[in-house]
Amino acid sequence: MAKYLLLKHYRGGPAPLVDYDPMDRWAPTEIDAHMQYMRDFAARLEGTGEYVDGQALSPEGTFVRYGGDGRPPVTDGPFAETKDLIAGWMVIDVETYERALELAGELSAAPGPDGKPIYEWLELRPFLTAAPTVAE
Amino acid sequence: MNEALLRTLIPAVTGVLIRRGADFATAEDAVQEALIRALATWPKDPPADPKGWLTTVAWRKFVDTTRAENSRRAREARVEAEPPPGPTKDTADTLQLYFLCAHPSLTPASAVALTLRAVGGLTTRQIAEAYLVPEATMAQRISRAKRTVSDVHFDEHWQDGDLATVLRVLYLVFNEGYSGEVDLADEAIRLTRQVTSMTDDEEASGLLALMLLHHARRAARRTPDGALVPLAEQDRSRWDTELIAEGVATLQAALARDRLGEYQAQAAIAALHADAPKADETDWVQIVEWYDELDRLTDNPVVRLNRAVAVGEADGAQAGLAALEQVDPVVPRYTAVAAYLRERAGELALAARLYGDAARGATNLAERDHLTRQAARLHDVLRG
Repeated sequence: MAKYLLLKHYRGGPAPLVDYDPMDRWAPTEIDAHMQYMRDFAARLEGTGEYVDGQALSPEGTFVRYGGDGRPPVTDGPFAETKDLIAGWMVIDVETYERALELAGELSAAPGPDGKPIYEWLELRPFLTAAPTVAE
Repeated sequence: MNEALLRTLIPAVTGVLIRRGADFATAEDAVQEALIRALATWPKDPPADPKGWLTTVAWRKFVDTTRAENSRRAREARVEAEPPPGPTKDTADTLQLYFLCAHPSLTPASAVALTLRAVGGLTTRQIAEAYLVPEATMAQRISRAKRTVSDVHFDEHWQDGDLATVLRVLYLVFNEGYSGEVDLADEAIRLTRQVTSMTDDEEASGLLALMLLHHARRAARRTPDGALVPLAEQDRSRWDTELIAEGVATLQAALARDRLGEYQAQAAIAALHADAPKADETDWVQIVEWYDELDRLTDNPVVRLNRAVAVGEADGAQAGLAALEQVDPVVPRYTAVAAYLRERAGELALAARLYGDAARGATNLAERDHLTRQAARLHDVLRG
């Protein structure tokens, strides 16, 4: 099995295929349907033994760095408008890379306005694994 | 009684339930519940007859479960006809469980999970922890695996090749996964030992020898901070000589029967490494010969890649690079091997670049860090 991160970007990926309005302009029922799709997807993966984790992130983030010896950390932001905005992620544990692609494709079909798939780009990143014992 | 001993009883208890008429999935669940109860109560109140205790508790649990189900009458008829525990068929039952848990209809990960639970006697939580997934996910994986094999008749005759699938699963347990509360390498060795004693098979012995010989190096394989130490740089005084002796003896007994297989050949290579008091005393010529055997037995590109390393040691870097040309560059760790051989050939700039490429392509953290350090070391040399 191999673990993959499915990263959901609001911005920063390839150009979207479908030009849809931001979610706050959708009809409430459309938002509900979208959320339900995500929950159903996660529940289905729990059922197949492939679900590891899923989290949503607040859109506002702050950049932080070391401030130098004895000084407080330096912050920059908060930024609501960065080039790349990560909205959340899901971690899956699957048998093959092909299966990871299949699941990412399914998640990307979540419905948007008029109940049509939004075709959003998801970023798929493999986890580094533990080192195998037998190497030579 | 410690937990490890307790777990050795699990497959036999499941076997008793199945012989009394329980189906595999329900029996296995019942035994798991008995196990969890044993883990909670035995430390304070150990039973005089642990196996009898587990069997009784698991059987009661099974009866409760089946009563709760709809087919009450039919099942109770069977339950009431409870036969006494007959003459011991433990060994046969236990082997049957191994075959069932490694059934070819299961994916490798499902077979691993089911084996660890139904014959290893680990709890779902322990298995989930070893593979870094939530317990609920692992529970689902196990129950799906049980559904997949539910149509397999328990006493179906084993086919040739069934043992090979069991050994493959045990090899995966040994080789992959993280070590948390339960040490998967120890667990794989324990189970392989059991299979070896039940089957008298050369390849089972070969696999056991392979595991013992690799396990012997465990203390030397990592620095205290967890960095990978390559074989050539390991402190050989930290290798476990008892495990090596057992591994070598197990291997020799298997090889003497003249039915070579891939695990025996792999173990032979590990034994030749174990035999060298210092890295530069390694018998690389013999190792190359074993890789040739292994190549004939498996037709595995990874074998040809490792063979190229051995050829490089036996006949020099140019010979190694020539051997590498026979390997498909998409094989994992190809670039790392190319970097190593280029460095040995004195092409330091190229080697440094290849180590960097190999680090970016590495699929595990320890290897990536190791390769990054190799690249950094060469860049340092090149700067003068």
